[in-house]
Amino acid sequence: MTPLLQVRDLTKHYGARIGCADVSFDLYPGEVMGIVGESGSGKSTLLGCLAGHLEADRGQVLFDTRSDGPRDMRAMSEPERRMLSRTDLAFVHQNPRDGLRMGVSAGGNVGERLMAVGARHYGGIRAQALDWLSRVEIAEDRIDDRPSAFSGGMQQRLQIARNLVTGPRLVFMDEPTGGLDVSVQARLLDLLRGLVREMGLSAVIVTHDLAVVRLLADRLMVMKSGHVVEAGLTDQVLDDPQHGYTQLLVSSVLQV
Amino acid sequence: MTEYTFAYLDEQTKRMIRRAILKALAVPGYQVPFASREMPMPYGWGTGGVQVSAACLVPEDRLKVIDQGADDTTNAVSIRRFFEKTAGVATTTRTAEATLIQTRHRIPEAPLTRDQILVYQVPIPEPLRFLEPRETETRKMHSLEEYGLVHVKLYEDIARHGQIATSYAYPVKVEGRYVMDPSPIPKFDNPKLESAAIQLFGAGREQRIYALPPYCQVVSLDFEDHPFEASKADHICDLCGSATSYLDEVIVDDAGGRMFVCSDTDYCETRRAAGHRGRLAATEEEHFA
Repeated sequence: MTPLLQVRDLTKHYGARIGCADVSFDLYPGEVMGIVGESGSGKSTLLGCLAGHLEADRGQVLFDTRSDGPRDMRAMSEPERRMLSRTDLAFVHQNPRDGLRMGVSAGGNVGERLMAVGARHYGGIRAQALDWLSRVEIAEDRIDDRPSAFSGGMQQRLQIARNLVTGPRLVFMDEPTGGLDVSVQARLLDLLRGLVREMGLSAVIVTHDLAVVRLLADRLMVMKSGHVVEAGLTDQVLDDPQHGYTQLLVSSVLQV
Repeated sequence: MTEYTFAYLDEQTKRMIRRAILKALAVPGYQVPFASREMPMPYGWGTGGVQVSAACLVPEDRLKVIDQGADDTTNAVSIRRFFEKTAGVATTTRTAEATLIQTRHRIPEAPLTRDQILVYQVPIPEPLRFLEPRETETRKMHSLEEYGLVHVKLYEDIARHGQIATSYAYPVKVEGRYVMDPSPIPKFDNPKLESAAIQLFGAGREQRIYALPPYCQVVSLDFEDHPFEASKADHICDLCGSATSYLDEVIVDDAGGRMFVCSDTDYCETRRAAGHRGRLAATEEEHFA
């Protein structure tokens, strides 16, 4: 099986400081990869480089495109890259305000990606928006409300619906549960797990919350100071941490 | 006239503007930047249109200036007098007789011919401005043909109002490539954008010129199940009786009385001269007698 995403020696510097250095991994279709580490360890930089939001200094990001097989996203032309990020890729921001259009209704937010790839039938777009709102547990009568009238958890679910409506194959998530209270977090995780399994999505999830990766991720990478210090199956890494930093991370979690 | 260079602007400036106009005609719908000059009128009063007109005028031209369809409103009168004074060209109010027409917010009702140039005054040339505030990003969207956002705006219209409520400055796609703001003309005028005349758009404050060459394809954006409709007030003109022209609504008293009249004054007068009469035409003539 061809990996959906092959990352080779991805490096990004901020001036003399390291953002992330020599990161390599493969992600197979249907697999969820967690990236954990403390603040400033390069998780978000890595995710930004993968999604094309940041320009990496070195390395390759090979994505298995539908038409031409694996291609280096960094070498693609901008129209190709943008087309890919509207169709096969999705990005869920930590703060839903970064990923939503706050002045546009929920239906318009979900429909935007459809219209961006050429949907021109209002009834069809609306039906799909309604379908997706119900899949992320937002009541149908909220379709014409703006996201600013939604709670934080609803905004985050709306952002997920907006990203998944075009049936992407790879989703990047940056702290998807950050800023939500624990009960809302639990429901969101439940929802995400269902969607990932149901749609056969691959995902890269950046978080500092070990519970999130325990629930969602098949594999885990631990980052520190821009380097990957440990990688492996989630349960293996969390239950039997080898690297000193991972041991510290696991033992730092408060037991209630 | 010896006090001014012909048509106010110096020859080098007119040359620069003509180059921008030629480029705009070569790439229909594309906004060409140009070095807009200070004009002796405030921004928002047609500084872009005036510069384009000045660059196009020749001494043999016959100029018509309209503002919201009317020849006799402040903006139209002052620009017409500006060119009478600085270019010494003949002026007219008759659409058919004019060779160059500068307009604000309307296209004349009478069909234009291949011998005419229509110059629009444009306040905001960027059709994506209120959807995406960053200029760098809108330029990128134009260059990559990413126009999904325009439909998001139309979607919002239908979701909120049950129909496409955008009634002026209705976005169009030119020759299947660039999305263009046709300036704030009513959407009733959009079908007339496919015309025999050359159409030039000048935005002075925003320093952009764009153009539609004759007979180029202009499609108003819409949805398959909510097609574009060139709407107007559902009345006939109370002065000339026309059922097909774009109408202005005029409140005539404090008791809710109103009349509808053609917004194109020349069209209305031509019809009345030909003997057409509307509901209130006779009383109006008595009134002004």
